[in-house]
Amino acid sequence: MSSLPGYKALPPGCPVQEPLSAHRNHTGSWRSERPIWNHDLCVQCGVCDMFCPEACIGQNDQGYYEANLDYCKGCGICMQECPTQCISMKQEEE
Amino acid sequence: MGTRKGMEVSIGIAEAAMMADVDVVSAYPITPQTHVVEHLSELVADGVLDAEFVPVESEHSAMSACCGSVAAGARTFTATSSQGLALMHEILFIASGMRLPMVMAVANRSLSAPISIWNDHGDVMANRDTGWIQVFVENGQEAFDHIIWSYRVAEDHGVLLPIMVNFDGFILSHVVEPIEVWSPEEVKQFLPPYDPPYRLDVDNPWTFGPVGIPDIYLETRAAHNEALIDSQKVMEKAWDELHEVVGRKYAALECYKTDDADIVFLTMGGISETCMTSVDQMRDQGKKVGVIRLRMWRPFPFAEVAKELGGRKVVLAVDRCLSTGGPGGPVASEIKAALYHLDKRPHVVEFIAGLGGRDVTIGNFMEMYDKGAAVAAGAALPPYELVGVRE
Repeated sequence: MSSLPGYKALPPGCPVQEPLSAHRNHTGSWRSERPIWNHDLCVQCGVCDMFCPEACIGQNDQGYYEANLDYCKGCGICMQECPTQCISMKQEEE
Repeated sequence: MGTRKGMEVSIGIAEAAMMADVDVVSAYPITPQTHVVEHLSELVADGVLDAEFVPVESEHSAMSACCGSVAAGARTFTATSSQGLALMHEILFIASGMRLPMVMAVANRSLSAPISIWNDHGDVMANRDTGWIQVFVENGQEAFDHIIWSYRVAEDHGVLLPIMVNFDGFILSHVVEPIEVWSPEEVKQFLPPYDPPYRLDVDNPWTFGPVGIPDIYLETRAAHNEALIDSQKVMEKAWDELHEVVGRKYAALECYKTDDADIVFLTMGGISETCMTSVDQMRDQGKKVGVIRLRMWRPFPFAEVAKELGGRKVVLAVDRCLSTGGPGGPVASEIKAALYHLDKRPHVVEFIAGLGGRDVTIGNFMEMYDKGAAVAAGAALPPYELVGVRE
């Protein structure tokens, strides 16, 4: 929070000139549950990626899918749609 | 030097917008504002005013079009009234929150139901907290001057806020008055061209109206609030400059025969002139009474109100709006808020007068004075009174 500007530093009406600056809003702070992939069941089909409404799921070096937790809001759609049911949701406070 | 002409106040407001060299007018006609935009439409159609007149299907669209045109860097004017202002409500917050300096003349009219086209301040009071600068004028000259003045204030880079100029429907809008029309040189001297700090431009793109997530929304409100409060300094400076250019002196409050007054009326808008006439008559009877008229409503001039009202015995607060089920009148509530911290506070006797175009007469003001004098002599403070209501 300390890196965010104080109100005196805001330009009037808050216009934005920097392209893609919304990337800096780490809206994943809203999340209460995070998706966990079970690699024993995952077939790397990418259905979770296609259904993610935040488009925040991508493949890692081994080809497995994972969520970018800066933006993942824990909606659970990936868990619902996974054909092998390899995704489970874990409470953030655990 | 200006030229003195007899003209309908609505036509005067349209002529003032033309003299301010507006680039865009977008408005929807509604009684009693119609003559303002009708005349502007004629001026554009006749080629007298080089501007875009954007006809729209509603006031919601009118205000939306105005937001777009100001963001594109155009000097923009609109006008409305009553239900039209109510329909604009949503976009009024967007205009002020995006800090888009435009000027809107509001011909104040009561709200339905029942349907009423007549004058009171119910329409603007329902839009009190929209974050706009709001002033109330008393006559045609003041209306004319304040259209040009409003552009000078709104477009100041320290302000960048939209302004509502409130003038009473019919009581002012449809009355022919002598108005001194500024000379083009006077307008040029007083009002620089609009120079927005940023604008919608395909070659230099900006995003206007982005999302404000919880991490930033609070700060935007704080900045808007501070800008609105601080705009008072710019308003006062612009009034001083207006005085230098055309010789008429304006301020946040206008005091009439108040120097030795124990009892003062507190009024807004056109009825203030009737009130002054009644004060003249009561002064002839030896009563120490005066009128303080609130010209500036947002930002609210707390310090000036406390200074001018603080030492009085009784304030007769005359509202043109009823806060239904609430404390009475919205103006009286704020007057009380401005006086609350003082050690010695006047009694504030509250009257709601002239709702839905009911006449407010000299006799009404005389009766209000008598009630205030009774309170000054020790009578219990009555609850707010709806002046002239039949039981």
